[in-house]
Amino acid sequence: MRLDHPLSRRRRAQGGTALVVVLMGLLMVAFFRAQVLRKTTWELQAESNPLRQLIVPAPRGTIFDRNDSLIADNVPGWAVVLLPGSRDSIRSRIESLRPHLGLTDGRVERLMETARTYPRQPLTVKVNAPFDEVAALEERKGEFPGLYLERRPRRRYLAGEAVGHILGYLGEVTQEELDEPEFAQDSLGRYVPGAIVGKDGIERQYEGLLQGKAGFRYVEVDVLGRIVGSLDGFPGDTARAGLDIRLNIDLELQEWVHDIFPDTLRGAVVALNVDDGGVLALYSAPSFDPNAFVGGIGGAEWASLVEDPDLPLYNRSVQGTYAPGSTFKLATAAMALDLGLIEADEIMPIPCTGGMPFGNRVWHCWEREGHGDVDLLKALQGSCDVYFYQVAARIGLRRFLDEGARLGFNERCGIDLPSEARGTFPDTTYWQRVYGYRPREGETLNLSIGQGPIDQTPLKMAQFYLAIARDGSAPPPRLLKTEEPPEGGWTLDLSQEALEIMREGIRAVVQPGGTAYGSSLEHWDLMGKTGTVQNDGNPDHAWFAGMAGPRGSDPEIVVVVFVEFGESGSRVAAPIMAKTADFFLRKKYGIPIDSIQTLTEHWMTGTPAPWAEPVPAEAGGAGGGE
Amino acid sequence: MAGSEWGRSMIRLLRAWATTPALVFTVLALSVFGVAMIYSAGVLNLPSPVTEDIWQRQAQWLVLGLLAFTVLGSVPSRWIEWAALPAYVGGILVLMATLVIGTGAGTAAGVKSWISIAGFRFQPAEVAKIATILAVARLLSTRREAFQYLRELFPPVALIGLPLALVVLQPDLGTALAFIGILFTMLYWGGTPIPLLVLLASPGLGLILSYDIWVWSGYIILLTFSLFFYRYRLYLVESVAVVLANLAAGTIALPLWRSLADYQKNRLLVFLDQTVDPQGAGWQIIQSKVAIGSGGLTGKGFTAGPQKRLDFLPEQHTDFIFSVIGEELGFLGTSLVILAFGFILVRLVQLAAKVTDPFAGLVIFGIFGAWITHVFVNIGMTVGLVPITGIPLPFVSYGGSFLLMSWVALALAVRVSQDT
Repeated sequence: MRLDHPLSRRRRAQGGTALVVVLMGLLMVAFFRAQVLRKTTWELQAESNPLRQLIVPAPRGTIFDRNDSLIADNVPGWAVVLLPGSRDSIRSRIESLRPHLGLTDGRVERLMETARTYPRQPLTVKVNAPFDEVAALEERKGEFPGLYLERRPRRRYLAGEAVGHILGYLGEVTQEELDEPEFAQDSLGRYVPGAIVGKDGIERQYEGLLQGKAGFRYVEVDVLGRIVGSLDGFPGDTARAGLDIRLNIDLELQEWVHDIFPDTLRGAVVALNVDDGGVLALYSAPSFDPNAFVGGIGGAEWASLVEDPDLPLYNRSVQGTYAPGSTFKLATAAMALDLGLIEADEIMPIPCTGGMPFGNRVWHCWEREGHGDVDLLKALQGSCDVYFYQVAARIGLRRFLDEGARLGFNERCGIDLPSEARGTFPDTTYWQRVYGYRPREGETLNLSIGQGPIDQTPLKMAQFYLAIARDGSAPPPRLLKTEEPPEGGWTLDLSQEALEIMREGIRAVVQPGGTAYGSSLEHWDLMGKTGTVQNDGNPDHAWFAGMAGPRGSDPEIVVVVFVEFGESGSRVAAPIMAKTADFFLRKKYGIPIDSIQTLTEHWMTGTPAPWAEPVPAEAGGAGGGE
Repeated sequence: MAGSEWGRSMIRLLRAWATTPALVFTVLALSVFGVAMIYSAGVLNLPSPVTEDIWQRQAQWLVLGLLAFTVLGSVPSRWIEWAALPAYVGGILVLMATLVIGTGAGTAAGVKSWISIAGFRFQPAEVAKIATILAVARLLSTRREAFQYLRELFPPVALIGLPLALVVLQPDLGTALAFIGILFTMLYWGGTPIPLLVLLASPGLGLILSYDIWVWSGYIILLTFSLFFYRYRLYLVESVAVVLANLAAGTIALPLWRSLADYQKNRLLVFLDQTVDPQGAGWQIIQSKVAIGSGGLTGKGFTAGPQKRLDFLPEQHTDFIFSVIGEELGFLGTSLVILAFGFILVRLVQLAAKVTDPFAGLVIFGIFGAWITHVFVNIGMTVGLVPITGIPLPFVSYGGSFLLMSWVALALAVRVSQDT
């Protein structure tokens, strides 16, 4: 049939009409169902109650120490939230809340920015509002349309300043963070504006574990935006708490370190468990109270933290790198032993006469009188530079640098903290790159006694001493307590005899005649090496790195103490180290804690010190220093 | 003499109004109703200066639309036929220019759909839609016999495919849907048997079914067998091409899905499961359904809808104006509006059936195709019947150039229907 035949047109028109009837009929049925039968799931219980979606916040995971003591938990808190509305109304509602909440101009602008970007989401005006503010708002709730006072778990750090640098702190997620893959591609979609996330420390490191999954629910609000009831017909989602984690930290030890570290000094203390390399205590002075950040830190408070010349937010134990000085001599010896270049009982060919010639100059020992013939034991006892110069010359520059790199002196230890700094340790191109000359063999001599371009974190030095306290192997120090031992680390090939000699060498430092004898302990076998580092005209930095355990058995704790401008490793750093080790071991073996711990403290308080010789030893000078 | 001359031209001018008064006055009533609803959509508890007065602008555009209708309704219909090809070429050029100098607007700030000239903003796609209808009508009006072979469909498909592709690039998927509606209705009116149309649509079906490999495999096997046994006047090459096109559609489905923006994916996912994105696309459909559902049989009363007054409804004077109608006027209002559209569409079909000139019939049916797509997709999405697409409701949604061009389209339909 031709297309322009009237019958053909009529038949096609019937098809068109049928299409109209079917499609319009479908629409009519859909609207009849939705409006008259009201059989759809979207039917509302009350006639005029619009829906609002509310976030049900999830508590963060709890953090425990190695003995299941609470380090961080959550307590009930209140947040002030505005339900979504038009832009102008949000502005006026924020302004009306402003005098009650003390919002700054900057805060108001940030809130408006968030409201512009996410117009359909409830706007968190203030997290962790103090109870009096919440109570005042609750009383006058009718004046603030769309105001919602939300119960929201509030983070609490039970040890305050003592754990600041370990735990880090919390803060509202920033727009930049939301764009990072870790947050943007979170499989649970937990990161939305206003989310509270870890900004540093363990809170940041294990953010993915600790963060819970917020739920949501629907509520009905009246015409003025006041909540009139919850809505059961709509599927919500319950909140799921974050995962609890357990740390290797001994909270009591950590608090003890915080207590004994002199308030006027800056520095760091690292204590490692010899068994598994777990971090027992990690302290940096001065510290900060992470509770101050909960609920948004005030501008003035933040400024005082950031502008404080003592840098309280700076974690000296893992971020600070300092020349290790004499504490590094043990590393030089261990490297030579590992490479099979010296014997533990070998006497170096050149006796110490206060110095030795090498290259075209004389290299001095700190002891101008000289040490005479020295083997490893005497060298460590006397901290004899000449002995280590000869060891260094035997190792040679290239091997020294390779071995140092193998032990990770130019790397991070891999502690589970976000901010660990890399140590400085040169490679063969370093001198050309930095100073513009080819390295001479003499550089090795300098490095061997911990001087020159060699800066290490207190944590790194602790990891090295851990290897000496163990069997030569050093796992990476970990804060998180796990079933499996951590992977990685390195091993030194040291005989039991060599380990004994090295420990014997540093044991002498806290024995009669040793520079740190005043720090010796009643119950424990204490060993350590002092280090005092010249500091460009400022007072010297002080180190004390060592280990301790029950007499007659292997060490059980490694402690490294670093004190900025401490001047003397033996007088300032050593007592802190001794008191830290003593506290841990007393607790471990059930001996009552006593604040009078070191020999010096016994003498000064007139308490009998049965283990010591009755001769007051004046702990003076730079113990074994340069 | 001069007086009666003037009188006669006035009468000629009003001819457009008198030809099919039921159709024209229904459309006029809908347009006035639209202005009233846009006014209502601006009545909020916390008034916004932006939306408060836009009903006045819509009213001004309506006056402009009535003028255009009156003038266009009196031009000789030969002019319309002559204008078809130049209009098409011009439409394509402007669409291309839009991709370069186009801008977004309001909530659709990221797309390039508008052109501003001297402070006057319009959507070239609206013009291109009508120009394309005219061009396709010119092309198909020369046929006297029904289509028999798939390959014969290539010229009209290409003619519509070009502006369609340009619109997709903007991207404006709503208008693209309208072009697809135009394509199928005009091919149908141009004498394409239904089985051929199904074959033409089959790659699209393959694309949708590819969400499940088993469903898709079954579909491909079914398609192949039916082609083999039925052999609907297809060459072997055509059959192979159909199968290949379906295979290709299934293959590009995943990359195509990945290339969609998140909001586009969410709109489709939300269509399947409304809890997927409760803050974004899910929010729109939840709020729209709550508004419609709470309207009940008689509604909350004009301007009194609480959902709307609290500014919950997304795009409540443009794409979601029908949710406002549902909330405030209830099922009585929505069914009346749907019936009005049904009446308009059926009248267009009757006009197309009445005219003997093939060009006129094709123009009318093309306009029918565009409008039925707009009406069904727009109203259907507010109640969750179809996925959310940014497509306005003719004569009711706020939007100046769309209202004007809808009246222009009506004028063309009425004008070409008179010459028989």
